[in-house]
Amino acid sequence: MKKRQNVTIKGTKGGLVLHLDDNCSYQELKRELDEKLSANTRTQDDRHLLPVTVNIGNRYLTDEQMEELKELIRQKKNLVVDGIESNVLTKDEAKRQREETEVVTVTSIVRSGQVLQVTGDLLLIGDVNPGGSVIAGGNIFVMGTLRGMAHAGCNGNEQAVIAASNLKPSQLRISDCINRISEAWQNEDKHDMECAYINENHQIVFDRIQTLIKIRPNLTRLEGGH
Amino acid sequence: MGEAIVITSGKGGVGKTTTSANIGTALALQGKKVCLVDTDIGLRNLDVVMGLENRIIYDLVDVVEGRCKIHQALVKDKRFDGLLYLLPAAQTVDKSAVKPEQMQELITELKQDYDYIVIDCPAGIEQGYKNAVAGADKAIVVTTPEVSAVRDADRIIGLLEKEKHMESPKLIVNRIRNHMMKSGDMLDIDEITQHLSIELIGIVADDEEVIRASNHGEPIALNPNSKASIAYRNIARRILGESIPLQPLEEENKNVFSKLKKFFGVR
Repeated sequence: MKKRQNVTIKGTKGGLVLHLDDNCSYQELKRELDEKLSANTRTQDDRHLLPVTVNIGNRYLTDEQMEELKELIRQKKNLVVDGIESNVLTKDEAKRQREETEVVTVTSIVRSGQVLQVTGDLLLIGDVNPGGSVIAGGNIFVMGTLRGMAHAGCNGNEQAVIAASNLKPSQLRISDCINRISEAWQNEDKHDMECAYINENHQIVFDRIQTLIKIRPNLTRLEGGH
Repeated sequence: MGEAIVITSGKGGVGKTTTSANIGTALALQGKKVCLVDTDIGLRNLDVVMGLENRIIYDLVDVVEGRCKIHQALVKDKRFDGLLYLLPAAQTVDKSAVKPEQMQELITELKQDYDYIVIDCPAGIEQGYKNAVAGADKAIVVTTPEVSAVRDADRIIGLLEKEKHMESPKLIVNRIRNHMMKSGDMLDIDEITQHLSIELIGIVADDEEVIRASNHGEPIALNPNSKASIAYRNIARRILGESIPLQPLEEENKNVFSKLKKFFGVR
């Protein structure tokens, strides 16, 4: 019986793709990979740098193991690792990804001294009173009056926006931009259905909520449909 | 089994003690058996406002530490026929002398014998506040139409809402000056209730009579002619479950106006 190949190499337009079998042991895989690549380099043109994508199927690799494989491939002079693709995620990773993308709905009034923080987008049904803060890794939407502090994209997402039914904050932050709101702005009567975002000059600006359709089309989560 | 109501505000000087004294008095006037508890240990003054200072023998800390029985420490208000009592705070120690669990025990015991326990809370959100809130079933937040007082009330409401054993707090707006509210120099009632979004249980106009009465050790609620007195009596009746409309501010304005007219008429 012919021995099954644990490492298959395919050439594509974008470079090499290494398919690594996910049933054999890691040690075996490493050994075979080393063998295959050593055999291969001899026929390659040394001046040409080849990008490599590694596909590891349903195998889970720890960070150290990934680093080990990358190192192994890098040792072959003209190969450079583009990325490692895997079909599997750890539960923690999956949870983190979900938290980052999900819209957390909260019905409450965030009062003075209270802090409401979420990892993803925040949809607050209620007010944020002066002295209260809402912080989100993503966007912040307030169905109510925003009078306190709001910090969107707190992990450095400059695309994040803040929108409120009534936008009268004491301070706004998006990513690392801070905007102190002038009293004149707060004393103006109407600030209904407005939003704030970072413009191309790296400043927080206010506008009607409808402008988001143009400047942040990525906010749409709806897939398909016409 | 009675009901314990804590009167709190966060900010100092908005009228917690005056409100406690007057709500207690007004409830007693309605024929309820009331016990006032001063939890402002170290800075007591509910006894002064009630005019009961010179009759204090034991205090709250004595009760908690077991130096006397509760009924020995209670000061009876002679103006009422056994309906109004005061448990004074200690003056010689500070707020750390009592723990929330001890307060809870004390209030539970008082609830057996009284219809209403009115707890006067100290300013701040530290130990004293925690003690005062520990035994309470309901809370009334007192604020004045000032931005700073409303801010602190907001903070306190946030903390009260986290107390699982308590009902949602009610609001009293104290020291309203109608002319300033009209001119926009003071927050108006709607603005405050919208901002704090809790149920309004009463509004009390700023009245010099209140200060005069407090200084004489007689709660204003005893004087049936004063506007503030009527406001406090109305609050007491709302606590008892009656539905009474708020005194319209317009009318108050008219009163001032007619008083002025009368004044000039006399001249």
